[in-house]
Amino acid sequence: MNTNGNTYTVIYSTILVVLVAAILAFVAMSLQGKQNENVKLETISKLLGAASQADESLTIEGDADVLALYAEKIEDAFYVNGLGEKVGQMNTGKENVKDIQVTTTSDLKKQNDIIKKIEDGQNDLASTLAMPVYVFNINGKDVTVIPCYGAGLWGPIWGYLAINADGKTIDGAVFDHKGETPGLGAKIADAPFCKEFHGKSFNMDGGEVFTVAKASAITEPEHSVDAISGATITSQALGKSINLWAKYYKPYLAGAAAAHQAEATAVSDSTMTCTPADSVKTTAPAEVKVNVEE
Amino acid sequence: MSDINYKEVLLKPIFKGNPVTVLVLGICSSLAVTVQMEGACVMALSVIIVTGLSSFVASILRNTIPNRIRIIVQLVVVSLMVILVDQILKAYAYSVSKTLSVYVGLIITNCIVMGRIEAFALGNKPIPSLLDGLANGAGYGLILVVVAFFREILGSGTLFGMRIIPQSFYDAGYMDNGLIILPPMALILLGIIVWIQRSIQKDLQEK
Repeated sequence: MNTNGNTYTVIYSTILVVLVAAILAFVAMSLQGKQNENVKLETISKLLGAASQADESLTIEGDADVLALYAEKIEDAFYVNGLGEKVGQMNTGKENVKDIQVTTTSDLKKQNDIIKKIEDGQNDLASTLAMPVYVFNINGKDVTVIPCYGAGLWGPIWGYLAINADGKTIDGAVFDHKGETPGLGAKIADAPFCKEFHGKSFNMDGGEVFTVAKASAITEPEHSVDAISGATITSQALGKSINLWAKYYKPYLAGAAAAHQAEATAVSDSTMTCTPADSVKTTAPAEVKVNVEE
Repeated sequence: MSDINYKEVLLKPIFKGNPVTVLVLGICSSLAVTVQMEGACVMALSVIIVTGLSSFVASILRNTIPNRIRIIVQLVVVSLMVILVDQILKAYAYSVSKTLSVYVGLIITNCIVMGRIEAFALGNKPIPSLLDGLANGAGYGLILVVVAFFREILGSGTLFGMRIIPQSFYDAGYMDNGLIILPPMALILLGIIVWIQRSIQKDLQEK
């Protein structure tokens, strides 16, 4: 048989490619469930990572049972649109940790695409947004975790910001990226950079909600974080994505803060003998691995 | 070609004909994934599996492959194995696959894999080819693990993430070497390994 003929070559390569494609498709499909599970688990630990920064005493160990911890700490998880209205509910896994629903980065990307369209002038799309909101109760403190997503230098970057009950102060931040430059842009995922966000706040009165810029260009230090030197594009992209996402979370955050304020006033007016909120849930159950920092 | 010395096929790539230190192939990934032992071991295992299986499959197909598209067919076989390994890692060793990131996918471009198919698998029966692939992968993996051992213990004071250098050393003023985490030091370590090997094996030295 002439293995060098044109017909043979074409048929051979066609069969080979179809065969290989079939094998890969089969493997990819059969492993998909497991892979999605991993992505979900990672998202949950990031969410917890951001929320737990609100309380110094709570740190999560690498291999802790994040599902159980999440189910214990979460109060509510739902979607809001750009007008601040609740448009959907996520399962918090209180009954069964296997049912926990979170929004992974691929879903964040879809929302980011809608946000970009709104920015381009299609204002009516704001009501079609479904942006996730996670409300945690960390040792009696209400912490709202919201994501942000955007394009970095080499690929997508995303993060989770833990917002105080006042609707603007940042209690914690966790960022991640697909493939920013190691040692430069990749530093956004490091703890020292995330720590800089603590105590900063969103500018709710108009203008830029939040900026990441070099120290000399910062005009409102309470609403800004110093950029990473050598990683201008990643830093700017991060600032832009936080700014953009926070802009569409603003209606919800403002509403939630006002409601919280009203509630707090009502409570302090009516019952002067109420117990301090943080004494309610201070001790974590033994089966959950929680480290208490010295 | 009929008499194959199996011992030679298996042992030569580990030391005397090591693909990394003698043939100087696969340097890029050995600099990139040797910061920690865990990543290096998984990478080594992945490369062993990929070189072994792709040599095996290529050897089975060797008499049917049209000569003109030989390299493309080899590439298809190698990529199949690499993607399989990548998918399995993503499903069962997610955190490791995140640290290895693109480097698992880049095994496709690791010259050792293609080199062994071209040089050995296309001219030999499947079983010797499988052994040759496995042995070459192991030779590569060995260097990876040795480099990672020094980089992790000197750079982070740990092995497999466990603390090896006691806290008392740090209290006495010892510091982890931050430079060794960076790729240039991996290249220097690799150079030292080549140096040691050539001083033992005099016949490798160029006149």
